[in-house]
Amino acid sequence: MQALVIAAHGSHLNPDASDPTYAHADTIRETGAFDEVREAFWKEEPHFREVIRTLESDEVFVVPLFISEGYFTEQVIPRELRLDDWDPEQWDSDGTSASQATLEAEDVGKTIHYCGPVGTHDAMTDVIVQRAETATGDPDVGEGVALSVVGHGTDRNENSAKAIEYHSDRIAERDRFDEVKALFMDEEPEVDDVTEYFESEDIVVVPLFIADGYHTQEDIPEDMGLTEDYRLGWDVPSEVDGYQIWYTGAVGTEDLMADVLLERAADAGADIGDAREAVRELAASVAESGAESGPEPNAGAGAGD
Amino acid sequence: MTVSTDALETLLERASAGVAFDGLHVTETDGEYTLETPANEWTGLDEADCRRALESIEEYVTNWRYWQETVDGEGTARRAFLRWCERAPLADAADADATTGPWSDGDAPEPLAVPERYRALRDGIDREWGQLSITARFVDVDDPDGERVYDLWHVDDAGSDITDLEVYDDPREARELATYDEDGRYRPLKTAPTLPGGWAFTGLSGADLVETVEFFYPATVANWHRELRGNLDIDHWLETAERQTGIYDVIDELPREAVEWMAEACCVDSQCLRRREWQYEEGDDLDADGGDGPFPCREPCSLVIAAARKWAILESEEERTYELELTTSELNQLEDLIDAVADGRTDEIREADVNDGANRYRARYLRSKRFDDEGNLEATQVDD
Repeated sequence: MQALVIAAHGSHLNPDASDPTYAHADTIRETGAFDEVREAFWKEEPHFREVIRTLESDEVFVVPLFISEGYFTEQVIPRELRLDDWDPEQWDSDGTSASQATLEAEDVGKTIHYCGPVGTHDAMTDVIVQRAETATGDPDVGEGVALSVVGHGTDRNENSAKAIEYHSDRIAERDRFDEVKALFMDEEPEVDDVTEYFESEDIVVVPLFIADGYHTQEDIPEDMGLTEDYRLGWDVPSEVDGYQIWYTGAVGTEDLMADVLLERAADAGADIGDAREAVRELAASVAESGAESGPEPNAGAGAGD
Repeated sequence: MTVSTDALETLLERASAGVAFDGLHVTETDGEYTLETPANEWTGLDEADCRRALESIEEYVTNWRYWQETVDGEGTARRAFLRWCERAPLADAADADATTGPWSDGDAPEPLAVPERYRALRDGIDREWGQLSITARFVDVDDPDGERVYDLWHVDDAGSDITDLEVYDDPREARELATYDEDGRYRPLKTAPTLPGGWAFTGLSGADLVETVEFFYPATVANWHRELRGNLDIDHWLETAERQTGIYDVIDELPREAVEWMAEACCVDSQCLRRREWQYEEGDDLDADGGDGPFPCREPCSLVIAAARKWAILESEEERTYELELTTSELNQLEDLIDAVADGRTDEIREADVNDGANRYRARYLRSKRFDDEGNLEATQVDD
């Protein structure tokens, strides 16, 4: 038997923070690729600390639903899962290349394949592009259009920006969009000045966040000038300084994220059969059946409490 | 082939390896069968005789089939929990080691043997798991083939007509039901005694029942099973606190007496259905009562950790002496206000009940009288 554990942050204050985790877990449950699929959280239940013991499978694939390699993926999750032999060196990563490490959880004696976070997987690049497609309602979006991947950015962890830049570079190499640029909330170059970085009149802005919350639904839309007050909402696209801003909300809510979770587990040796195809077809059909008309304004404290 | 005939054939096939389950024993040596239940014993049977004998004890056969074929999972928490649901003997509970959970005290109902259980399963066997009421029953009451299904609702709805409840059959629906309390507020603590009612899950398979219960009360089945077997691992306060890093690194500085106040504030029956098994550290018990909750609490939860951080920061402040003018009744009123908020009863205080110190008009009056223009209590620090 094999199990998939999706390890996410969760929130004590905002019930919506765990929505993407549940949604992607359900998508993977539907594929039947794993005997057990379990959500686990830092701030909700089951906690990381207790999740492995709820499983009957001996082979457990743990995929962090986090954007970057860093504090949570390298310290908190392995410690709380009781992966006593863990050492970040086992990932041998430059900040975006973590794959997996095989360890034992000391309280249960099960084999744990501890995977790198979804945010730095190559397949994440496709999710960002798909996000641009669903937001604009145009499966061929790219020509005459600029794309900005937006991250939190922080001085405390250099890996935080690396993930954003990594995917921006990969998208730029595809020559699909006229311009591509990584922007940040808390470091230069800042998302506040989004229009200054592009010549194209249409700019798709994709925040590389897991869940919609305070940052993606309050901070970023106001900072970019999409709205005076997030509670009033905004249009997709919104006009700012003569540019059309197609703001998409957190990429982590994109249906194709389930595919990245599956790929992480498959890279670590999970037998997932044709689950990836099933998920990609599902995500494509959702994308085609009409773009979402933009994220609903949503008050909440986000996942950072 | 009916389920029971099917079960009989499977059982005969297994006889050579020996079958011993829930009072039923079947063995076969060189084509000769021996059969035993608590009430009967047959020896020296040929296959046809054995078949007839097994048909006369169909209950044991279908019971074997349900547990060994349908449920399976020997040694798992899932299996133990489903056995607990129908008051079957829990084979893997080490009586001597089992701790003081509500399932092992004198008030717990006696386990039932197969015939009694079969009688009871026709009407349904009810158990309570926190605020959940679980009924185990036969799929087919008139002609039971051993297959069980399970119903689940809020204990407060046990007497409700099912047509008055919202009926579900997908375990995942439990996540949404467990997310908000009756007033629509988010429940970050799944074991808070605030689960709203009005819903029912009916006709769940055993696997689906366990999944549903786990969505309502995550990890409770696994930790119950560990406690039952006497191997619940406890992480005491200091261990858990010292393990923390980042913004929670400070919590191991919380004074011991503050940990007492914290346990008294958070880890009591009125706030959580878990029974606190963790102490200050091994060999150093907290005075605060751990409560009588059904689920063992094996380490401080994430809510307690987050609150502890706040208190660690607040407790690092020095105490000061202030002077302020209050009448005796106003001092008493401050006590009433704190009590009302701490007990969560501000909503219950009647609008016109000005005898209650925590009445809203009384509070607003006190604020008008004693607060300055900046909204601060007029108090003067009198030490240095």
